[in-house]
Amino acid sequence: MTGEQLAWKIRRHGVEMTHVSNGSHIGAILSVADIMGVLYAEVLNFDSNNPRWDERDRFILSKGHAGASVYAALAENGFFNVEELMSHYQNGSRLSGHVSHNLPGVDFSTGSLGHGLSAAVGMAYAAKKDGKKHKVYVVLGDGECDEGSVWEAALFANHFRLNNIVAIVDHNHMQSMDFQENTIEIEDFGMKWKAFGWNVLEINGNDCNELREAFKKAEEFSQNDNHKPTVIIANTIKGNGVSFMENDILWHYRFPHEGWEYDMAVNELHKNKPEGVEDIYTPNGIENPQMPTEDDDIGNDHTFTYTWETSYPEKMRRVEAKAGTGKREHKL
Amino acid sequence: MRDSVVKTLVELAKEDKNIELITGDLGFGVLKPFWENVPNQFTNAGIAEQNMTTVAAGMALEGKNVFTYSIGNFPTLRCLEQIRNDCAYHKANVTVICVGGGFVYGALGMSHQATEDIAVLRALPDVVVMAPGDAVEAVECTKALAKYQGTAYLRLGRGGEKKIHDKIDDFKIGKAIKIRDGKKIAIFSTGAIFDEVETAYEMLLEKGYEPAVYTFPTIKPIDRESIQECSREFELIVTCEEHNIIGGFGSAVAEVMAEMKEKKAHLLRVGIDDVYGEKVGSQKYLREQYGISGESIVEKIEKEI
Repeated sequence: MTGEQLAWKIRRHGVEMTHVSNGSHIGAILSVADIMGVLYAEVLNFDSNNPRWDERDRFILSKGHAGASVYAALAENGFFNVEELMSHYQNGSRLSGHVSHNLPGVDFSTGSLGHGLSAAVGMAYAAKKDGKKHKVYVVLGDGECDEGSVWEAALFANHFRLNNIVAIVDHNHMQSMDFQENTIEIEDFGMKWKAFGWNVLEINGNDCNELREAFKKAEEFSQNDNHKPTVIIANTIKGNGVSFMENDILWHYRFPHEGWEYDMAVNELHKNKPEGVEDIYTPNGIENPQMPTEDDDIGNDHTFTYTWETSYPEKMRRVEAKAGTGKREHKL
Repeated sequence: MRDSVVKTLVELAKEDKNIELITGDLGFGVLKPFWENVPNQFTNAGIAEQNMTTVAAGMALEGKNVFTYSIGNFPTLRCLEQIRNDCAYHKANVTVICVGGGFVYGALGMSHQATEDIAVLRALPDVVVMAPGDAVEAVECTKALAKYQGTAYLRLGRGGEKKIHDKIDDFKIGKAIKIRDGKKIAIFSTGAIFDEVETAYEMLLEKGYEPAVYTFPTIKPIDRESIQECSREFELIVTCEEHNIIGGFGSAVAEVMAEMKEKKAHLLRVGIDDVYGEKVGSQKYLREQYGISGESIVEKIEKEI
């Protein structure tokens, strides 16, 4: 299975899981899908028959709200049956909205932001002490980096020269209510990590080739430069892969409802399905899909600064984007 | 008390290379024996308790037996969610050590007084809560927690507490220790407030009472059996703690007594009366000011009888 194939499956499962469960965070699941796809198809060392195998690479999804992405990746890699994905959010399920370690293949529970990097650092630090060779991978959200504890962990990782840790930030530039730059400005993001002592790679995180290259470079860093941990700043688009969700903050919480939302999401994914992948939910796509009417809320800006008539001397709106497109203009 | 704990940890760490101590940049002097004797098992995580606590969880999940160390509220309230989500929920082998439970750092001000920590930590599932009353109890707690698999909180005084025990046979997590036999009144003490309980005991003897005295090095799991036995045997149970009256040791005892169908005793809880320690002064002074000194304990008991 290639990274592209798995990323597609994660997107398709993500749409189905949130649709069936009325679950949140499809935007984040779609933005992180390529990162997770490349990691679980091509980078991480694991054994699904022996989830606690001591030499496996450790993985933490610190942005636990994108839990569906890791569940899909684990199921597709044989940690449990793909059918179980449909139990997401359901009574008695093992698949809580945010990631839980009560599931084979999950090393650490998350959900409260700002914890995962510290846990990864602890695991990497222990591995170094014991001379173990595996790596620790952790995926953070960019909004998550508002949390101070992330930077405590960043300091620690550099100080103790944890070159066995690779952090990937899903930099989709959006958080819960708005674009990140309109919320709490975090740029120059790469420079911040650099200033904290990390190797920094900045790439397009929705491009599997760039991800592959970045992981390869991270591996080289860990071999040759025994001083620094590595962060991959993966620039992504929230909602990536389903056009009407792209750059629209509505899809941080909204789930694809029955009707045009679900039909259009499924058919767009279906159209872009890579070779050699099956769509287990809708093998032929949806025939006669419902389409949005003029009254439907599509392509609109739902950010909180959109209508914000601030009395502050400085205009706070620093990003403009057309919801429903992948285009974005930063005014920094 | 804290020096005995560190000494014990050094001994244990020499035997077991998986024992790790992480400090949040505190313990100057106190932790010196540790970093001198077992430098490879010592880490200063800097002034960053949230990261320290989750790093400890991550290390524990990789097989380490980690003790985190700081003072007052810094290793507990400051990083409560890290203790809850990352340590306790994962049943990570992490013991949080706090030096300065109660009014130890009295003159330093309200920020440094740990007076709600027991209540807060006790409310977390899968967290053992211990508060030794003297150096001997502190050593036993440390040894027991080093063996215990899971998350725990060890609340210490500072040092110079009166000795209660020469030695303790058969120390167990969750077991109270009878110090003195008595009649009608039983005083339950947890942590360093035992000094005041001892003063109260002497005064009560002079006044013709003969209270029994128990120490509770463990607050969670609480020793239900001892509480139930005493509630049937005595007329008055008195709990003493250097902690807010709400949610702490007294509350733990009250929860057990309230659910008993038949008992003889009623309960008097002595603690800080739901206020912050705004006044400035030594531990001794603040205990007097906030009604938990030996004399205050006697006064409250006499009022109750």
